[in-house]
Amino acid sequence: MALGGGVFVVLLVVTALAAPVIAPHDPVRQSLRARLAAPTLSAADGKAHVLGTDHLGRDVLSRMIHGARVSLLVGFAAVVVGGIVGATLGLLAGFRGGWTDTMIMTLADAQLAFPFILLAIGIIAVLGPSFPTLIVVIGLSGWVTYARVLRSQVLVLRSREFVDAIHALGGSVARVIARHILPNVLSSLVVIATLELARAIVLEATLSFLGLGVQPPTPSWGGMVHEGREYLDSAWWISTAPGIVLMLTSIVVSRTGDWLRDLLDPTLRGE
Amino acid sequence: MHGLLPFLGSRLLRAAVALWLVSTVVFVVMRLSGDPVPLLLPPDAPRSEIFRVRAELGLDRPLPVQYVVFLGNALRGDFGRSIHFRQPAFRVVLGYLPATFELGLTAFVLAALVALPIGVVSAVRRNSPVDQVTMGLALVGQSAPTFFIGILLILVVSLKLGLLPTSGREDWRNLVLPALTLGAFAMASIARLTRSAVLEVLRADYIRTARAKGLSEALVVAKHTLKNAAVPIVTITGLQFGTLLGGAVVTETVFAWPGIGRLAIQSIYNRDYPVVQCTVFLSAVLFIVINFCIDLVYGLLDPRVRSS
Repeated sequence: MALGGGVFVVLLVVTALAAPVIAPHDPVRQSLRARLAAPTLSAADGKAHVLGTDHLGRDVLSRMIHGARVSLLVGFAAVVVGGIVGATLGLLAGFRGGWTDTMIMTLADAQLAFPFILLAIGIIAVLGPSFPTLIVVIGLSGWVTYARVLRSQVLVLRSREFVDAIHALGGSVARVIARHILPNVLSSLVVIATLELARAIVLEATLSFLGLGVQPPTPSWGGMVHEGREYLDSAWWISTAPGIVLMLTSIVVSRTGDWLRDLLDPTLRGE
Repeated sequence: MHGLLPFLGSRLLRAAVALWLVSTVVFVVMRLSGDPVPLLLPPDAPRSEIFRVRAELGLDRPLPVQYVVFLGNALRGDFGRSIHFRQPAFRVVLGYLPATFELGLTAFVLAALVALPIGVVSAVRRNSPVDQVTMGLALVGQSAPTFFIGILLILVVSLKLGLLPTSGREDWRNLVLPALTLGAFAMASIARLTRSAVLEVLRADYIRTARAKGLSEALVVAKHTLKNAAVPIVTITGLQFGTLLGGAVVTETVFAWPGIGRLAIQSIYNRDYPVVQCTVFLSAVLFIVINFCIDLVYGLLDPRVRSS
C-alpha cells in the first residue's frame, strides 16, 4: 500500500517535471478540424489522441500531463507556506505563552469555525486569480494543524529540566528548537504535510473548476473538468480523464498520509 | 450544571472572534481591491460624480473610521446595493437562501439515513464483505473532490441512464443528484465514525455482561450498544451539517441550483462585490451559529465535553 502510494507520487512528480518531453502534443495548440475527437489509438502521423481531444481540438492526454504541473506546484508550495506559517505561530505560542498564546490559538479556533472555501472565494474574487494568490490562500487555509502540534511539543519540553540546563549554560532558544523540538515533531509534520498535500491539490482543482484558480489556456485538472462540462453528453472524455486522475491522486496521497500516521505517529489518530 | 457557564462563555467568545475575523478579512480584502467607485459608475462619469459617490459611500474618511462604520453596517445586514440586481445586497442574498437550505437539509438527512445503518452493520459484521466494500466506498467518498462526484453522477445517472434531470430546481427529482453530491462527504464521514463508535462500545465490559446474561445479539446491539454509541455519533453527525455549507458553493454551481453558493460565484463573474461580501459574511454567520448550537446541545448532553 505505502509502496504503491510512494511510487504513484514519484511517477506523478516525474510526469510533471518531464511534461514537455512526455506529452505527445502541444497542450495549448488548437486544431479546429480535430475538435471533440474520441479517444483512439490510430493516427495518420503516429501521434494518436489516446484520450481524445477537447472542444478546441487540443490533446486531452497532453493537457492532463501538463496539468499535473499546476496541481503539484500549487500543492507543494501551499504545503510549504502553510507549514512555515503554522510552525512559526505554533513555536511562538508555545514559547511566549500568555497573551500571544491566547491570541494565536483563538485565531486558530476561529479559522476552523467557518468554511474556509468561502473566504478563499471572496479573497480571490477581489485580488484576481494568480499563482501567488492561489498558493498563499490555499497555504493559509491549512496552518492550524502544524501550529497545534508544535505548540504542544513546546509545552511538553519547555518545563523539562534539560531545557532549563541548556538555558543556564547559555544555549539559545534557536538551539532548543533545532536540536530538541524539531526532531521530536518531525514525524508528525511529515504526516500532516502529506494529508495537507491531498487537501491542497483538491482545493486548487476545486477553485480552478469554479473559474477562480489557474486561468485558461494553462491546463489544470479542475479547469479541464470545467471545460468539458458543456460536452459531457457528446465528449465525456474531456471531463472524466482529468477528473479520474485527480480523484486517484487525492485518494492515494491521503491514504499514504493515513498509513504514515499509523506507522509514525499513532497519537495523531484522534485529529 | 457544574462548568456549563464557563463552557458557554468560551464557545461564545470563539464564535464572536470568528465573526469579527470574517468581517475584518472581508473589509481588508475589499480595501485591497482598490477604489470600487469606477465599478459602480459608467466609464464616462464626470469627476464631480466620482467624488460625490465616494463621499456618499464614506470612502473619503480615514480607514479606521471606515472600518468601524463597516462593522456597524455589517451587523445590521447593510452591505450596500447590488450592482447587478439593483436592490440591497442583503435582500438579494436572502432571496436565494431558501434553495440552499432545502438542498443542505436534504443532503444532510439523506447522508444520515444512509450512513448510520451502514456504520452500525459494518461494526457488527466487522471484516465481512459488506464491511469491506462499504468502508472502501466511504474512503473514496471522503477523498473524492465534490465537483467530480457531481460530474460523474450527471454523466451516468442523467445522460447515460436518463433517470434524473441534470440541473435546475423544479420538483423533487431535481433535488436527488445535488443532495447526493453534497452529502457524499458527510455520508462517508458519518459511516466511518459510526462504525468506530459502535466498535468501541462493543468492546466494553457491560456488553460482555449482556452477552453472558444470554441476551440475543440483536438485543445487545439494539438496547446496549446503540444507546451508548449515540453521543459521539450525534456530535459528529451534527458537525457535518456545518461543513455542508462550504460544499454548497461547488454543488450548486455543478447543478445550476439557485442557492447562495451559485449566487456568490455568479456575482464574482458579474463583479457584483456587495453581493459577494454579503454572501461570504452571511454564510460564515450561519455556519458559526449552527456550530455554536451544536456545541451547546452537546455540552448539555455530555458534561465531559465541557472540561475539554
